[in-house]
Amino acid sequence: MRDSRRTRVVLAILLLTAFTFITIDARGGDNSLLDRARQAAGSVLGPVERAAGAVVNPVRDFVDGFSSINSNQDRIDELSAENNRLQQELLNSDLNSAQLDQFNKLMHITAVTNYDLITANVIGVAVPGGYAHTIAIDAGTIDGIKREQTVMSGDGLVGRVIAVTRTTATVLLISDPESKVGARDARSQELGVIAGSGNDPLNFQLFNGQASVDVGDPVLTSGSKGDRPFVPGIPIGEVSHVFATPGELYRQAKVTPYADLTSLTVVGVVVSAPRKDPRDVLVATETPSPTAEPSQSISPQPSDSVSPAPSTSP
Amino acid sequence: MTVSRALLSALLMLCAALLQITVINRLPLPGTGPDLVLLIVIGLAMVSGPTPGAVTGFAAGLLVDLMPPTATEVGLWAFVYCCIGYLAGQVQVDARRSAVVVLATVGALSAAAVGLYAAIALLFGDSRVTVALFVSTLVSTVLYDLLLAPFVIPGVMALARRTAVNSAVL
Repeated sequence: MRDSRRTRVVLAILLLTAFTFITIDARGGDNSLLDRARQAAGSVLGPVERAAGAVVNPVRDFVDGFSSINSNQDRIDELSAENNRLQQELLNSDLNSAQLDQFNKLMHITAVTNYDLITANVIGVAVPGGYAHTIAIDAGTIDGIKREQTVMSGDGLVGRVIAVTRTTATVLLISDPESKVGARDARSQELGVIAGSGNDPLNFQLFNGQASVDVGDPVLTSGSKGDRPFVPGIPIGEVSHVFATPGELYRQAKVTPYADLTSLTVVGVVVSAPRKDPRDVLVATETPSPTAEPSQSISPQPSDSVSPAPSTSP
Repeated sequence: MTVSRALLSALLMLCAALLQITVINRLPLPGTGPDLVLLIVIGLAMVSGPTPGAVTGFAAGLLVDLMPPTATEVGLWAFVYCCIGYLAGQVQVDARRSAVVVLATVGALSAAAVGLYAAIALLFGDSRVTVALFVSTLVSTVLYDLLLAPFVIPGVMALARRTAVNSAVL
């Protein structure tokens, strides 16, 4: 079949439009026209995705903020009451045990670190053909979610929030090649940056060329300025391979993430950080290591690593 | 393109995109998994021809571009699916007779879609696309699309033809 002139004109107009969109979006900042279009589409399609997710994944709505409580005992009491309630609900619901397990681990993390978490269900995963590693979760601005907040699962760091609508948010996973996370080796306290590498283990680049790093070392977030996008002390993963790079400016290692980034179900978004950096308290819960301190005796921190007063208020 | 077929296309596209994001992408499949939206675009375009095919593809791509969780530039999938819709529209005459032609079209256009996407992403400096990742995406997407095509394409084409018949009667 031969093309008519009209067909070629239509095709040319459409391709030119698409190309123009890409160009504008690639250059534009956060408030470009297309960013607003994405926002608008997100607020329309987000609820549809939520509904579809609810049909597909019949799990009760977990979205639930833990309120800040000054006394730890109160907090533990409240959490165990919540836990019992959830165990009860499990008997009557189709919630699966893996999700309950994730939920329990997240509650444990809030209890020992005092991070305020909003839990959310994963409702969508980006098209793998697009090479980006992002997920959609069913919590948005009405739940207190903002851009550049830390997202974790019960096992460890998951990523950061890159876009929010009223009822959904988009999370850039730490496995995405564009993700960079400030990290700290919990054994040697050496600092570095963890970058995503697609489906491969994460790349850990240590700033000190002579840094001591061994296979099996737990790696935690070092924390960003003002706790956005990453709060300190969240376990990222375990060093699985160290590259021999004598004489190089940086040391390189591979880190296997604790969180199973390909089958996430329930995640927690940190909406406010505690006044005190939790340092290594979560290491003890992951892998018992000689340097990990018991969670009761959190030592005072050097002033530069103490996070300022919570910058976000729910 | 008739009004009823446009409505059918819009509905199919929305369902396909939702299913892709909430179910298919979450399946623990080795590799990438099938591209359901692409299959729907090919099926619709093979019935309705190159011009409606290009328009359908553009609309489907824009939907995928805007649907959360997106992290890539708006317009990328619109560009890719627009080309695919146009090309699939070119084989409309042959497709009624032979299943082999349909499968060959799906295989070739799946590969074209992966290649075109990577080319444009690289043009705009996307650091995510690497050679190894591109090759594995190409192979697994084409295989999954070929596997899923017999279950999707005939149904989509039959539905699209019925809308044409109905509106001709009306």
